[in-house]
Amino acid sequence: MTDLAPTLRVEPVRRLVPQGLSDTLAIAWRGLITYRRVPQLLVFSTIQPVVFVLMFRYVFGGAIRVPGVDYVDYLMPGVFVQTSVFGAIATAIGLASDVQSGLLERFLSLPMARSAVLTGRTLADVGRNVFVIVLMAAVGFAVGFHLHTNWGKFVVAMLLILLFGYTLSWVFATVGLLLKNPEAAQAAAFPIMAPLVFASSAFVPVNSMPGWLQPFALHQPVSVTASAARALTLGTDATSDLVQALAWIAGILLVFVPLSVWRYRRAV
Amino acid sequence: MSAPAAAIRVEGLRKRFGDVTALDGIDLEVPSRTVFGLLGPNGAGKTTTIRVLSTILEPDGGRAEVLGHDVVRDAKTVRRSIGLAGQYAAVDGNLTGRENLRLIGKLVHLPRREVVARAAQLLERFELTDAADRPVRTYSGGMRRRIDLAAALVNRPPVLFLDEPTTGLDPHSRNEVWAMIGDLVADGTTVVLTTQYLEEADRLAERVAVIDGGRVIANDTPAALKTRLGSTVIEIGLADAATASRAHAVLAEAGGKASPELDGTIVRLTSHDGARQLVDTLRTLDAGGVEPATLTVREPSLDDVFLALTGHHAEQGEAA
Repeated sequence: MTDLAPTLRVEPVRRLVPQGLSDTLAIAWRGLITYRRVPQLLVFSTIQPVVFVLMFRYVFGGAIRVPGVDYVDYLMPGVFVQTSVFGAIATAIGLASDVQSGLLERFLSLPMARSAVLTGRTLADVGRNVFVIVLMAAVGFAVGFHLHTNWGKFVVAMLLILLFGYTLSWVFATVGLLLKNPEAAQAAAFPIMAPLVFASSAFVPVNSMPGWLQPFALHQPVSVTASAARALTLGTDATSDLVQALAWIAGILLVFVPLSVWRYRRAV
Repeated sequence: MSAPAAAIRVEGLRKRFGDVTALDGIDLEVPSRTVFGLLGPNGAGKTTTIRVLSTILEPDGGRAEVLGHDVVRDAKTVRRSIGLAGQYAAVDGNLTGRENLRLIGKLVHLPRREVVARAAQLLERFELTDAADRPVRTYSGGMRRRIDLAAALVNRPPVLFLDEPTTGLDPHSRNEVWAMIGDLVADGTTVVLTTQYLEEADRLAERVAVIDGGRVIANDTPAALKTRLGSTVIEIGLADAATASRAHAVLAEAGGKASPELDGTIVRLTSHDGARQLVDTLRTLDAGGVEPATLTVREPSLDDVFLALTGHHAEQGEAA
């Protein structure tokens, strides 16, 4: 048989790893290689939050009063959330690039699990977020962030933030598949992100905002996630915010997982 | 073995995108182990046909079978027996050539050892071993097309779809791709390729379906398509457009079996009786006082066929 001779292969019946999972891991592996090959992607997604930390800690921080709390301790959980929110934009850009390059078309013609392109991509983006958030935690501790509870709760807070970032990856997967153009996806992402991140409790207490904005700013997903993470690191009662955050996460996944899978099938 | 079965059967295939009818009832039959050409201008429906056959798009009507498996109901089986390479090199530019082939190997579920071996084998076969561990974004256009073609062959598909495999390639790379397609068919692969290049269909395909406006307007061997038109094309080049126009008028007025066609500074006639026609044409021009600048007598190209069938050149719409 020569190198090019065709054969019709039969799928092996027994396998150690379910096919959908092994396909997901293959796509995730590919996504992580991209971050290693194009370090700019990682550098830009880390420099920006570091600048935010330094700006809010040393420039605006002096003007922001949070009763009973050092501002840096208030700020850092918000920054962690903001980092994972902005990181989700990479999911949109990555998928839009795959549509544009024709790679998605090839994936659609392969006998792989169709969902794997999305589950693998979002999994790779969780991996990226782990790296960025660990780095941001180090920056936080370097600029004077104090953990008022214990490492167990800190880890719970970080896991919540990673889960929230993962959830938003599905929102942005849908955006990327709708727009099919990386530049457009990036441009569209910012106006969605900005109000969620800034009209929130991430950087400033909500009671400093105008009354009409407060209900939104108190209960929108970025706020409740930031507040839950903050309560877990400051030692205040996290229950209400945690429940709201998990409800948002469940709700967003319920809507956007099927929506992005549906868009994926029609992306070409 | 019985008579060679059809590798692909397409009946009444329809597909609409909003108000645009991309496929308006396509019927095709592709014999096993042959190269089948889909020829037509951009927007004719070639790529949509390929996308339906490769299970990427579901048709709105009609049916299509690859190796006896329905592309909608039995899509998963079809995906195991096809390879697809497109006009855009659909590989990940950030991955190396080797990583791209291994990724595909994993996704088509080759056994782990074979993933590595098959990637190395294809890199060797496509003369990419030296570049194997460089990101594909550093590859030249010809190398990208080769890695794309290699990616389509990872699972040794009996049926290969090539969507404009040589668009944008330099003549050297194009010849390489052509040679590769020849090797594939010699080894038993069925190849369906779309092209806007008539020369390509002429050179590679045993049969050609000419597609225009989502329909098959002709389906025959390249040679038969050409003889439909006539055996000889006479092209008379004139000094300028005004002279050409005058030559056209003179020839049209003289009548005769072949009607002249004006194309810029060229007047073209197609005939089954080339020698007689040539003599008559030159006499008529001489009598009319028109001095030809150049004279070409050749066999008809598929472009002439296309023009005759559709009323427009195949390359029209390329800018679209």
